[in-house]
Amino acid sequence: MILLNLLVFGFLVTSILGLTASWVDRKVTARVQYRVGPPFYQPLVDIIKLLGKETLVPTGSYRSVFLGAPLLGLAGAVTAASVLWMNQIHPQTGFTGDWIVVIYLLTIPSMSIIIGGFASRNPLASLGASREMKLVLSYELPFILAMLVPVVHSGLSIRLGDILLAQREAGAFAGNLSGILAMLVGLLCIQAKLALVPFDAPEAETEIVHGPLIEYSGTGLAMYKLTKNMMLFILPFFLIQMFLGGFSLAGWGILWSVLKFVGVLALITVIRNTNPRVRIDQAMRFFWGPMTVIAAVSLILALLGL
Amino acid sequence: MGRSVIPIGPYHPLQEEPELFTLTVEGERIVEVDVRIGYNHRGIEKLSESKSFDNSTFVVERICGICSTSHPFAYVRAVEDIFPMEVPDRAKYIRTIIAEGERIHSHLLWLGLAGHFLGYNTVYMWAWKLREEILDVMEILSGNRNNYAMFTPGGVRRDIRPQDIPVVLAKIDSIVPTLEMLRDAILDDPVLHARLKGVGVLTKEKAIEFSALGPTSRASGVARDVRKDSPYGVYDRVDWKMIVTSNGDVFDKAVVRILEMFESIGIVRQCFEALPEGPINAGIESIPPGEGIGHIEAPRGETFHYVRSDGTNRAIRHKVRAPTFMNLPTYKATIVGETISDATIILASIDPCYCCTERMAVRNHRGRLLYDGEALVELSRAKTENLKRRMGRT
Repeated sequence: MILLNLLVFGFLVTSILGLTASWVDRKVTARVQYRVGPPFYQPLVDIIKLLGKETLVPTGSYRSVFLGAPLLGLAGAVTAASVLWMNQIHPQTGFTGDWIVVIYLLTIPSMSIIIGGFASRNPLASLGASREMKLVLSYELPFILAMLVPVVHSGLSIRLGDILLAQREAGAFAGNLSGILAMLVGLLCIQAKLALVPFDAPEAETEIVHGPLIEYSGTGLAMYKLTKNMMLFILPFFLIQMFLGGFSLAGWGILWSVLKFVGVLALITVIRNTNPRVRIDQAMRFFWGPMTVIAAVSLILALLGL
Repeated sequence: MGRSVIPIGPYHPLQEEPELFTLTVEGERIVEVDVRIGYNHRGIEKLSESKSFDNSTFVVERICGICSTSHPFAYVRAVEDIFPMEVPDRAKYIRTIIAEGERIHSHLLWLGLAGHFLGYNTVYMWAWKLREEILDVMEILSGNRNNYAMFTPGGVRRDIRPQDIPVVLAKIDSIVPTLEMLRDAILDDPVLHARLKGVGVLTKEKAIEFSALGPTSRASGVARDVRKDSPYGVYDRVDWKMIVTSNGDVFDKAVVRILEMFESIGIVRQCFEALPEGPINAGIESIPPGEGIGHIEAPRGETFHYVRSDGTNRAIRHKVRAPTFMNLPTYKATIVGETISDATIILASIDPCYCCTERMAVRNHRGRLLYDGEALVELSRAKTENLKRRMGRT
């Protein structure tokens, strides 16, 4: 049962939705920039093409770690997705503390990028990996603080199911002042988790040529790309479960769910298209400064019941 | 802290041309930079010396796809400088129009690339979309989007048809609102301010010391522009102002280029208004012996050509100096002490054009000249001898 869940919802459904999300992102970006944009199957074709390419392992790299890292990232994303889906479909059956597990699992893809980058022993990859590490350190604190707000609202329960059920009764947490502030912080942290502009310093194509991914080719690169596309679905999905009442999979609810998701995705796309890349020190200052303050304020507001 | 070396190049998505920047870094901070060019030597000067004066115009036009007017313009001025002659007025106006059109499209190209280097791809696409309109204008005027083939010693090769003028003016008018919007969006963006202000500062003293040219020097407060200092074309007859800013950082270099585009649009409009009737070519029959220089303000700075004639139909010496050749060394002053994140935009801020610069390979190793021209000839002879020996021909 768990295996089925992992395979079907964690991997299959999530990757299909993730690839679609990636297409929406690319298409909207293209239209904003007076371009035509790719057809809907382009992200899938990209992955398939990469799977057919030769996998090169650079001389001097730590072979097993270099090849294992993408798998680790993909496994983290799949597990996180299946926990979220399980919670979405049967909110009552989750276990206490799955909120912590998901927060933890969501950092695994970033960790795998850091590990893979360092394992390849390329100077640009090391630079990108160290930037990714700095970025993880900077956004995790405000992200966790912001994600604590729904926990407070649902009566201090660290079970995702309780958070969802509480929203079904009392309405989405984004309706509260603290909820909307925390969601804003969460959205910007997601931007950094996805390594999208303005927080794409770890991958910065024009500076360090995709940083940690520079030495990857073939299957390894395909796995990273797939993980990234899946994260483009998983992170907004998590945000929606936390603040917007999750998805509803019956009747008109499906349309409403799609609208929620596309709305969050559109925000992410707009942010990435209207900003230049910030330097890594600026990103750290941004997350440790204003973002942490806003997240802390929203947490205090939530504790006060606002 | 340990030092490591980060190479940018010879093939890197930052630049569309092959060049190598060796950045020595401590963590993310750059402590030393070494620039190596010369991957793309094409021997244009030598080639030009084997062509007639007329044909050379087309050769120098192909030095660079972006400055495809600057080089012919400087070249024909060098040829016209060899002996006393007067270019017809109408030709001067047409030359100015083409040169300013090129400046607009070149600055838009730079603006787009600068956006791209910052990860701001929307600016990239928007600027290049606007540039398309200018390229259309150039196509209406010259028949080509690039490499206009308009110049010839003594005048221009193609007249502007009167029925084209309203179309061109309307097209130029149509891009102004978008350009203004783009200007405001860039100059008022707080994130861009955070990214560009105070980054890669080239002080006025350093700009003079390194003999920086064009927008690179004008952003540092050096009020130098060939169009004002030694007017050619009709730059002394139209009303325009030189854009000079004082900070010398990357942001100011962008400001200078953006505002220069508006000046260029003004110059083009005035030229169309004042366009006189008359011949477009002085009809040079032959070039007497002598030497001449021509220098013009290209979008990247002063382009300089030297031509010597011995009275035949081809130059016996043709020397080209492109602005990037002078602007490249300013990296020594601007990039040291900055971070790798800023390195790319600083490298891009002089609007480097290596294809302009790389007509001669100079290899320099820690300040020591390894090979001069003669040494290279010796090497090549030795290699030929070696080959001959191996093939058993001696």
